[in-house]
Amino acid sequence: MIDAQQVMGWLQEVADPEIPVLSIVDLGIVREVSWEQEVCVVTITPTYSGCPAIFEISRAIEQCLLAHEIKSVRIDTRIAPAWTTDWMTEQGHSALKSYGIAPPVQRAVDISGIIRRPAMPAVPCPQCGSKSTRLVSDFGSTSCKALYRCSDCREPFDYFKTH
Amino acid sequence: MNSVLKRNPTELAALATPLVEGLLRLGDNALVLSQRLSAWCGHGPAIEEDMALTNVALDLLGQSRMWLTLAGNAEGAGRDEDALAYRRDANQFRNVLLNELPDEDYARTIVRQFFFDVWHYFLLERLSHSSHSEIAAIAAKSLKEVTYHVRRASDMMVRLGDGTAESHRRMQDAVDALWPYTGELFVDDAIDLEWDKQHWGPKVSALREAWLEHVAQVMTEASLAVPAPEAAMHAAFRGGRSGRHTEHLGYLLAEMQFLQRAYPGASW
Repeated sequence: MIDAQQVMGWLQEVADPEIPVLSIVDLGIVREVSWEQEVCVVTITPTYSGCPAIFEISRAIEQCLLAHEIKSVRIDTRIAPAWTTDWMTEQGHSALKSYGIAPPVQRAVDISGIIRRPAMPAVPCPQCGSKSTRLVSDFGSTSCKALYRCSDCREPFDYFKTH
Repeated sequence: MNSVLKRNPTELAALATPLVEGLLRLGDNALVLSQRLSAWCGHGPAIEEDMALTNVALDLLGQSRMWLTLAGNAEGAGRDEDALAYRRDANQFRNVLLNELPDEDYARTIVRQFFFDVWHYFLLERLSHSSHSEIAAIAAKSLKEVTYHVRRASDMMVRLGDGTAESHRRMQDAVDALWPYTGELFVDDAIDLEWDKQHWGPKVSALREAWLEHVAQVMTEASLAVPAPEAAMHAAFRGGRSGRHTEHLGYLLAEMQFLQRAYPGASW
């Protein structure tokens, strides 16, 4: 039987289909790897309820592990506790930034509650680093992103919003 | 382990109806509103609006799939999320009337979303403490998404309500037209009482105070007049939660269900 840590290492090769530089491990959706006899069980926590990437991700996990000579793979989903961007790794944050997406600047607890306009630290522009940026819309090109614009370099950019 | 599974089979059968009915209400509210919002895809008045509405629609669709799957499991008759979404007729849907109303004006889309999001937020907050572990899990997950929805809807109320003379007039018209339908959100029936008794979820009447407080606060900031509470009391403006719908739901379902009705069981 292969060590679960080893399997976790292989899962680093599986990328989010929308953000190919970000592995699913760094995205924080892989909860655990365990074995039931010969079956490798990978438990994942989906991000947003409607995110269609979850089907691609499940398929990619299976293909990745089969390629590493694991004979049988099962994907379980666990929705509680709900996924949060707090589970993203440091490596995940830097991968996003170098890809041109600003990583979350807050902890999930900071945005919870029915507060109208939560205090929001500046989101640094991933292109030029300026902190003079402006929220255009909380809803962007995918469920997980908000749309920002940099007031200095004038470039629009995606922000991976705190969830 | 959820509390339902610990009971004996006879008691379980007696409880199945209120549990399934309540889950259908949750699933159908999300599904029908998602379908309405999806119609804006490619037609939004600005690209940011188009993207926001379709993102909200996607969240609601995902939430609806979880609720309907759970409803199908609780029912135990072998119906999955697709059977429930695509092979029920209008009188078997349990959504509130508010969510099925047509988008006659963009102001109505925004006001409807605002009224529903605020209610949805407080409902999910209570459901996230449900004695039923699966209900609590779906609610806690959905609540995180709906927190963004309610924030956006509140901001849009202020931007358009306190915007130009025309946007203000259209928003006030929408508020006045939709307000009567908000009464249904807070009228308890036997299903709500059973949910409360089992600690699955709150009586909907218990959500009214918090809803009204947030709604009034935002509308005041938006310089919109809050209609009188009595204006939302007429029974003609409710019935969706027990399957009595407006004519609009039939047209919505005709479009949404066409493929599965014409080609039953078709898949990608």
